Amino acid sequence: MSTSIPLDTEALRADFPFLEEQRDGRPLAYLDSASSTQKPRQVLDRMRAFYEHEYANVHRGVYRLAERATEGYEGARRTVAAFVNAPSEREVIFTRSATESINLVAYAWGLQNLGPGDTVVITELEHHANFVPWQFMASKTGANFRHIPIDDAGELRLETLDDLARDGSIKVVATGLVSNSLGTINPVERLAAWAHGQGAIMVVDAAQAAPHRTIDVQALGCDFLAFSSHKLCGPSGIGALWGRRELLEAMEPFNLGGEMIRSVGLERTTFNELPYKFEAGTPAIAEAVGFGAAIDYISEIGLAAIERHEHELTAYAMERLGELEWVRLFGPPVERRAGIVSFDVAGVHPHDVAQILDWDGIAVRAGHHCTQPLMARLGVAATTRASFYLYSTAEEVDRLVDGLHKVKKSLG
Amino acid sequence: MSEFEQLYREVILDHYKSPRHHGLLDPNDAIAEGQNPLCGDEVTVSVRFGERDVIENVGFEGRGCAISQAATSMLTDLVIGRTVQDVALMPKDELLEEIGIPLTPVRLKCALLGLGVLKVALHKAKGTPLPEEWGASSGEISVG
Repeated sequence: MSTSIPLDTEALRADFPFLEEQRDGRPLAYLDSASSTQKPRQVLDRMRAFYEHEYANVHRGVYRLAERATEGYEGARRTVAAFVNAPSEREVIFTRSATESINLVAYAWGLQNLGPGDTVVITELEHHANFVPWQFMASKTGANFRHIPIDDAGELRLETLDDLARDGSIKVVATGLVSNSLGTINPVERLAAWAHGQGAIMVVDAAQAAPHRTIDVQALGCDFLAFSSHKLCGPSGIGALWGRRELLEAMEPFNLGGEMIRSVGLERTTFNELPYKFEAGTPAIAEAVGFGAAIDYISEIGLAAIERHEHELTAYAMERLGELEWVRLFGPPVERRAGIVSFDVAGVHPHDVAQILDWDGIAVRAGHHCTQPLMARLGVAATTRASFYLYSTAEEVDRLVDGLHKVKKSLG
Repeated sequence: MSEFEQLYREVILDHYKSPRHHGLLDPNDAIAEGQNPLCGDEVTVSVRFGERDVIENVGFEGRGCAISQAATSMLTDLVIGRTVQDVALMPKDELLEEIGIPLTPVRLKCALLGLGVLKVALHKAKGTPLPEEWGASSGEISVG
């Protein structure tokens, strides 16, 4: 991290058309990148060029235009595989989103491998996307559904692991790498080793991590990893699942239809090879190409530089917000958190905070951030959340602080 | 040379129109069938073994594009007289060199169908390794 060259944020901001729109002489202070990121021209141009010059349906066409489309789509798969250091691109499945990636595992692996007496372990920090599918699958199969609790700073209480493991029934451990609500960075390597020690598989939701830090599925030691394109400067509607080959091969398909078959007959249908077995129907072709272009874009900037930039902004935001005695900050110390700052303004509901900030051209998220069990644990219904990306600036943090003073004055 | 002549070389057309070792062997020691899901090519390959695991004879039947059927025909010439183990590990490039035409990813699947099916047959009879793309990933639905 220390060796990376600092980001030239001003130059990078010129890549983002949304910043050209001004209100009261200023662009929007977009502090909601944890929810979804804005798109650089490089990604938009690539998708437009693809639609204009390379578009056809993929895989079946013999004509040259279809070959170009297939090459674009499969090239994006290679880019995604390299991005997470997957041993093989055949282990990378394109999905609709990180959510669908997790549902694929919960259904296709869960239905075959979970039963009464087995235990599914998630964490109290989980996004609903890595919580509800497992809760549902546990109820469907009769498995137990247990969680790793957090401490008051929003970090996992690893001292509870022995107790969770006592009856030896854990079959799957599912956790996020970075908490979308608090920015907590979870010790996934350690949890993966623990899961494997129980004979369980390890499923990682990397939706909130992949845009901001280098991901290496082999170093993490996990079995499945899910992430999406729209949080890393790419289009929405496309995500990826990486899975360990032997697990994917043993799993039944999730969606069924065209493309995922080898042969179809009235009495018998056989399934296609990886990864196509899990890609029924015409995929989001241009979106996959845009996903690849987004990975190229952020990789060229450098994940280490992005991570450092966000770390500095987060430290600055925590310092500035920490000076306001009527603001309560949630989450771990800056050393162990990603570029997310969740807080509460005394006496003002987060929705009102976000509304008033918007009038000053500051976009933050207010709500439960799809983590209601976490909100219950923190004892709040909702928080206000500012989150950063490569185009975020310290000046935007200053605008946030000025805006919060206005909020305090009008409603606090 | 025109694009047509590059792809449909004389030797390809010859193997397509007059396939070598056409027809299934009866009896045989190993047999397998396979399809190319991309365009629906089908190939069935049967094998008879001689002494010391030598492939004594091969016979195939199929239905599909000129490339898939010609490549399988050329493959039979290439493997007869060699050992099972040798053929099971035969790199696909060896067949592709023999075919000797520029192949796009889609047509590559056509060209390699017969080789894949042959390796499946050898795997079923002798337990030799399966080619990567014919691994355990394909399950099936059976009804009635």
